[in-house]
Amino acid sequence: MLTKRVIPCLDVARGRVVRGVKFSADKDAGDPIELARRYNAEGADELVFYDITASHEGRGLFLDLLEQCARELFIPLCAGGGLATVDDLHATLRSGADKTSINSAAVRTPDLINDGARRFGSQCIVLSIDALRTVEPDGRRWWQVHVNGGRKATGIDAVAWAVEGVQRGAGELVLNSIDADGTREGYDLDLLRTVSSRVEVPVVASGGAGTLAHFTEAFDLGNAHAVLAASVFHYGVFSVPQVKGHLRAHGLPVRL
Amino acid sequence: MMRTDAIAIVDYGAGNLRSVVHAVAHAGLQAVVTDDPAVIRNAPGVILPGVGAAADTMANLRSRDLVGVVHDVIAASTPFLGVCMGMQALFTVSEEGGRHGCLDAFPGTVRRFSPGLSIPHMGWNRVHQVRPHPIWDGIDDGAHFYFVHSYFVDPGDETIVIGATDYGVRFPAVIARGSVVATQCHPEKSAAPGLRLYANFGRIVRGTLPSGVPASEEVA
Repeated sequence: MLTKRVIPCLDVARGRVVRGVKFSADKDAGDPIELARRYNAEGADELVFYDITASHEGRGLFLDLLEQCARELFIPLCAGGGLATVDDLHATLRSGADKTSINSAAVRTPDLINDGARRFGSQCIVLSIDALRTVEPDGRRWWQVHVNGGRKATGIDAVAWAVEGVQRGAGELVLNSIDADGTREGYDLDLLRTVSSRVEVPVVASGGAGTLAHFTEAFDLGNAHAVLAASVFHYGVFSVPQVKGHLRAHGLPVRL
Repeated sequence: MMRTDAIAIVDYGAGNLRSVVHAVAHAGLQAVVTDDPAVIRNAPGVILPGVGAAADTMANLRSRDLVGVVHDVIAASTPFLGVCMGMQALFTVSEEGGRHGCLDAFPGTVRRFSPGLSIPHMGWNRVHQVRPHPIWDGIDDGAHFYFVHSYFVDPGDETIVIGATDYGVRFPAVIARGSVVATQCHPEKSAAPGLRLYANFGRIVRGTLPSGVPASEEVA
């Protein structure tokens, strides 16, 4: 049986891992290479390496760091942040990533998903979606896709965008709840469940993990395939083995 | 050309070989990344990695004149390790994106997982050691390996399967016959058990581990 994956996420800015709260960086959380080594040794199922500044000037440094991290890892590595062209995806894969995570650029140019999947295979194309709960004056509730690090509303329905992204060739979805990010109040389970029921590809829960119960909920109630978390791991609130032990105690298959 | 000590990692232009190179080096093996048929023919061991689609893989192998080379090194009983697409390509035909003839080193068809499952089969799954083989040395039966694929091998001869994994169906995770071992999973992304598998392959290449199971021990 496929195990439930636990994925630490390194949000990197100017060569350091930073902690994000509701999508803005506020605190230093350590050295990316040191953390990569630690998570590999602790039994993380995968690692995400995310360039949150995503500035053009920072790209060289980012790829260099990515390459150094990749050397420490014998688990899958997904990298993203500001990737906008097929050439960006190629450079990221060449630097040692197994998958690329695309977000804002895919909203602006949806063909990036198709082109990336055709060139590198769907398994290399992870569509990352930043979604904010939105309530209309008439009471209608929906999740709205945001871009540019969660700062800009697009008017696009996140569930419809997830379905379209998969049709275009995305091999995995990461659902980042802007409401929950960094709050440690739990994943957005409604969003996870809604999207999981509509797509065939794995769905990764992101944003909001704060207690061990939040991880089990993402699988049991959100039907996620994997859970991603950042600050709770970096600051040692939980270790990866602790989370996996908790999942196993709740009858979920994990790799220990 | 002189015979060298370096295992040949076949580079047919299919994506990123870096993780295979890192894992092989970490496992203490000396290796060279090459698409030179002469280097591959003379190597003491050959690794055929691969990600991507079957049709592209075969087109790339053909355009680099590597189809005959792969057949020759297998016929010469050179220790050979196929990984992921490098396993699927060894079979007769792949149904990925139509029907594409593959290397046909072993009879079998590469099929897509049934609808209703989450596809790709992406993540860590157990590999059950259904037949003994030296490549398993030091690896726990049922150890988790990392997979990412949408198609699996349906072999014509079930007795080549040495490792099996369950995902809707029970499919071959590792096959072996003669000097060939091939894995559907990615040992280079499978932490300690994966590195051990590469190390064992290195020992097979050096001759410190047998390349197969003696006939008397074969499970019928």
